[in-house]
Amino acid sequence: MTRTTQWFYGWLLLLPAAALLALFTHYPVVATLWHSFLSTPKGSRPAVWVGLDNYRQLAEDPIFWQALVNNLWFALGTIPASIALALLMAVWVNGRLAGRGFLRLAYFTPTVLPMIAVANIWLFFYTPEYGLLEKALAVFGAGTHNWLGSKNTALACLMVVTVWKEAGFFMIFYLAALQSMSPYLAEAAAIEGASRGHFFRRVTFPLLMPTTLFVLVNAVINAFRLVDHVVVMTRGGPDNATALLLYYIYAIGFRFWDSAYAAALTMVLLALLAAAALAQFWFLERKVHYQ
Amino acid sequence: MTHIYATRGVTRALETGGAWLLGVLWLLPLLYAAWTAFHPAEFSTRFVPTAPLTLENFEKAWAAAPFARYFVNTMALVTMVLAAQLVLVTLAAYAFARFEFPGRNVLFALVLVQLMVMPDVLIVENYQTMTTLGLKDTILAIGLPYMASAFGIFLLRQTFKTVPRELDEAARIEGCGPLAVLWKVYVPLARPVYLAYALVSVSYHWNNFLWPLIITNSVESRPLTVGLQVFSSGDQGIDWSIITAATLLTAAPLLLAFLLFQRQFVQSFMRAGIR
Repeated sequence: MTRTTQWFYGWLLLLPAAALLALFTHYPVVATLWHSFLSTPKGSRPAVWVGLDNYRQLAEDPIFWQALVNNLWFALGTIPASIALALLMAVWVNGRLAGRGFLRLAYFTPTVLPMIAVANIWLFFYTPEYGLLEKALAVFGAGTHNWLGSKNTALACLMVVTVWKEAGFFMIFYLAALQSMSPYLAEAAAIEGASRGHFFRRVTFPLLMPTTLFVLVNAVINAFRLVDHVVVMTRGGPDNATALLLYYIYAIGFRFWDSAYAAALTMVLLALLAAAALAQFWFLERKVHYQ
Repeated sequence: MTHIYATRGVTRALETGGAWLLGVLWLLPLLYAAWTAFHPAEFSTRFVPTAPLTLENFEKAWAAAPFARYFVNTMALVTMVLAAQLVLVTLAAYAFARFEFPGRNVLFALVLVQLMVMPDVLIVENYQTMTTLGLKDTILAIGLPYMASAFGIFLLRQTFKTVPRELDEAARIEGCGPLAVLWKVYVPLARPVYLAYALVSVSYHWNNFLWPLIITNSVESRPLTVGLQVFSSGDQGIDWSIITAATLLTAAPLLLAFLLFQRQFVQSFMRAGIR
């Protein structure tokens, strides 16, 4: 094949995917930036250039700051917990425990269920007085508490659902990595007299680093991308205690129909995701060299 | 494989107990939902073994909302998205894996942008685009932003790169053009990866919610997830037995497929994650 035919085929094969990607990923990113400097068109009034007005509004919007802080707490509360649980689950089902086939199934099941469906189930679980949580606590003589209706507990309740949903998914990747590890490593370490805990800390865990990084990146994206359970369980309430960034974008864009302000908010989300991407590259360059 | 660090005695018993406790905790919400859905409302939180079983909740849920239509919509959605993805992703991955052309690396980097910035976060602009295209409130509009999947392109490109060049050249000597080579050499060799990708894609789009919620507005285009939300947040009063029945209905096809093809599911998710 000549060079020009190579070019021709390469571009032609790429064209359909590239066109759709450009239309629904690259164009929207650029358009979001552009629209964040315009006003929202209303009725007969077209959008006009307003410069940094949307960003000024954003800086003075207490709900935006709360959503951002909520989202950071949400990330902080769900990411380490789900990764740690995933690792624990993987170590367990990789060992020779009784019924590990069943356990693998039990841990992984939440992954295949729609978030919206499990959110409904958990909503019932958290129902005051009537739900299973309250019934279980009543056995211990605890008073009743509106778990999703109270500012102090609502976000934590959503975090529990997220950890429950994600841990089994991340477990799979750890399990794959554990199964591809050479058994000679454990033999050699045992001969050297390393304890089980020591072996895990100094050999297994460092070797799992690439997996941990992969899982971490996924967990970070999910922490900012997944708001289905917010829509079902709390709608951002009570008093914005569970408003996450993407949920706030959804509320501004599609409840208040303020698309310009929603564009400015989206830019913040994109900046956060870009920062996560850069951090990943930086980390890959430096820290993970096991492949 | 005997594990050197396999535990014994008390430690082992403790670990097994812990693992089982966690396993039961993990299944508990689902078991709870199943209990509520299969029993009359007065038993929804009273766990007595003699409670009569019933399918009435499912019948009521099925009658109270157009779930049959929602099922058809979701089926149409996942089929359409998967079919389009398989074609687009295969062609693009082939281009990246086996053709030399100017701008290849830049274009590949541009594709990878979608791994971080998924259509899920670009809802505001994509809504405007769909309005401009006149596609609002159609099943096509739900699927369109996801059809060129960066994840799929990446996954298949890695696979195609492992195909020996000799096979490619042999097919060419036999007189195959580039597309025939793709079809006869690359696609058959990548079959397990296609299966993995298909399972991940189907479960993603079966479960997707926020974008369909925004872009659809009628029974004719709503997928199951949105239909369930409209149903359970409606004004029919909160009857948990019926809502959990509807919830299980929504999740049932995927859940059944998962229970039947457990191994394939787990391995597919695994394969899709290893890069």
